[in-house]
Amino acid sequence: MIHNREMLPSQPAPRRSIGPFAWLKANLFSGPVNTLVTLAGLYLLYWLLTPTIQWAFIEADWQGASPDDCTSAGACWVFVNARLDQFIYGLYPSEETWRINIVFALFTALIAWLAIPRLPYKRWIAIITLFVFPVIAYVLMHGGYFGLPRVSTQRWGGLTLTLVLAVVGMVAALPIGVILALGRRSTMPIIRSVCVIFIEFWRGAPLITILFMASVMLPLFMPTGVDIDRLIRALVGITLFQSAYMAEVVRGGLQAIPNGQDEAAAALGMSYWKRMGLIVLPQALKMMIPGIVNTFISLFKDTTLVMIIGLFDLLGIVQAALSDSRWLGFDVEGYVFTAFVFWIFCFSMSRYSQYLERRLHTGH
Amino acid sequence: MSIRPQTQPTGPKPPFWRDRAKRALLAQCLLLAALAAIVLFIIDNTQDNLASRGITTGLGFLDDTAGFGIGQTLIDYSSDSTYGRTFIVGLLNTLLVSGLGVLAATLVGFTVGIARLSSNWLVARLASGYIEVFRNIPLLLQIFFWYFAVLQSLPSTRESMSLGEAIFLNIRGLYLPKPQFLSGFGSIPIAIVVAIAASIGLIIWNRRRHAATGKRLPAIWLSLAIIIGLPLLVLVITGIPVTWELPELGGFNFSGGITIIPELLALWLALSIYTASFIAEIVRSGIQAISHGQTEAALALSIPKKLVLRLVIIPQAMRVIVPPLTSQYLNLTKNSSLATAIGYPDLVSVFAGTTLNQTGQAIEVIAMTMAVYLTISLLISMFMNWFNARMALVER
Repeated sequence: MIHNREMLPSQPAPRRSIGPFAWLKANLFSGPVNTLVTLAGLYLLYWLLTPTIQWAFIEADWQGASPDDCTSAGACWVFVNARLDQFIYGLYPSEETWRINIVFALFTALIAWLAIPRLPYKRWIAIITLFVFPVIAYVLMHGGYFGLPRVSTQRWGGLTLTLVLAVVGMVAALPIGVILALGRRSTMPIIRSVCVIFIEFWRGAPLITILFMASVMLPLFMPTGVDIDRLIRALVGITLFQSAYMAEVVRGGLQAIPNGQDEAAAALGMSYWKRMGLIVLPQALKMMIPGIVNTFISLFKDTTLVMIIGLFDLLGIVQAALSDSRWLGFDVEGYVFTAFVFWIFCFSMSRYSQYLERRLHTGH
Repeated sequence: MSIRPQTQPTGPKPPFWRDRAKRALLAQCLLLAALAAIVLFIIDNTQDNLASRGITTGLGFLDDTAGFGIGQTLIDYSSDSTYGRTFIVGLLNTLLVSGLGVLAATLVGFTVGIARLSSNWLVARLASGYIEVFRNIPLLLQIFFWYFAVLQSLPSTRESMSLGEAIFLNIRGLYLPKPQFLSGFGSIPIAIVVAIAASIGLIIWNRRRHAATGKRLPAIWLSLAIIIGLPLLVLVITGIPVTWELPELGGFNFSGGITIIPELLALWLALSIYTASFIAEIVRSGIQAISHGQTEAALALSIPKKLVLRLVIIPQAMRVIVPPLTSQYLNLTKNSSLATAIGYPDLVSVFAGTTLNQTGQAIEVIAMTMAVYLTISLLISMFMNWFNARMALVER
């Protein structure tokens, strides 16, 4: 008998099952119904994209400084161009905007450091971001110290204000959320019910009524004569609202840690705060990061509501610019620009959270 | 190592801060005391502030005349009506837009979510494009876009777009024909009720018969035929006692018919499109959460492929889908409060907005508004708990 002791080399796959045509056939034209659906989809795409591209790019105006420069039929990006500084800095005095730029640059650097997994000293950078950076940012933006001219919060606006609201709301809400979540899991009945009522109350009401409440009722609650800054009122409302959502994210993370961890730590004689701070929370935090990013995205979108109580965030300032009598009729351009800015922020954050979810999914 | 016998700790009793039960009691007492202090501080300040502004507290203002008109009301309302009636009008408008939004968002969301899982590459891409675009743009911006950029650029009343001279669309809103019920129409609702009762009976009977004998009728289709057929039959027998009142252009505006104001239209579009993108993701992950083994096991039992989806996959996927779905419905209801930004007369707009400004009764107005939303959210979470309890996996 003849034995072939060597493995035969593997044959290439059949021609019909590889290559772009095979892919097209399998994914787009696998049957009559599928082919029809694909053609309908292509037509829909054509019907949507052609006029959009034509309007936004081909027939658009880019250069100029006044409404008279909008000569062609498409979009007039001149409007956005002329107002860009206002959209980013609000009514901040233009000779002082370098201060905001420094804050932006610092913030981007810190966040990038935290977001890139390979870089070391994460803990120190996180501590700096949470505790040192806000002070620097406040001193730079508000001024009044070190010879920097004071810029009152009424002049803050645009993208700057949107970021301030979202970041401050988030950073302030995180510790409150952790406390509330721990309280909700506590065995002490009064502490638990207080936390449950607090969380469900703020989660049940729409942010708009909370902002109304903060702007109308907060002054009533304070001693006569104490005047609270309008920005602070909005921040208080946003923080309370956000902390309730954060508490639920933290609770989810805490529930994912098996009880054995806490029991083992207790067996080693650790106190409650040591068990939480050193054993349970660090592990839970890993699980919570995607959830935290997701609530941050919804907070970021929700900051637009502050325009209803009279603050000029990015959407608010665009809306105000649209009613300028010199620039009438550029609504679509204004909204498309704003939508684009928000979309870039939210989309990249949601992609980052998906990436983290995959990275942190280490299994067991 | 030898095992020492456990001995009771001797010596003086440990101080109270080392006793866990006493420490817990102390912590809770401290919390209560702190809360009481805060509440007292707030009440004290509020009383001072209200006194200095000359505002009297209480719900008496609800009986005062409101003195302002509302653009869209589901019940009779005029500027002579009371603030109490304003509250009801606003509440009904909120419920109207939320109900419409829930319907449309569910429809679009399920379609897009299933399309996202399509084996057709282009369809799946289009669906995920829809989700990514609309999920990442703030809702308020979308409302503004529909209201200011799209609906405000519609033609004027004289150049309305029309569909068969019955439906008109212009800058003032959407005009639909209104059904006018003639005498004898009363039998139609009765026919509908009878048809629904009959089909429920049919389904129950069919289920029992199926369990007992293994035979069954296509009850879903039969009951659908009864529900549609019986009222139609009655309609024909009674000689179709319905006429349509068409909207007509007279002077500067349309009269007659049903008017859907552009604020409602913009809010409804934005709410349903935005929420649908979240529902689509919920539907997709719900279907994907069912392991493939379920399908394979069902096929191995030679259950027909058509029934596998209906009897195996969907019932299990619904268990995953329904809780986040209800919380999206709740979100939609809460988000409908953004109406106030474009002036749709919802609860927040007419009550927490206009009424509050006119009366200055901040505490009562905000408390009533919050109470409405909290009640809705409580009802929804009660439903969710009931559903979870009913649907929870019965494990061995």
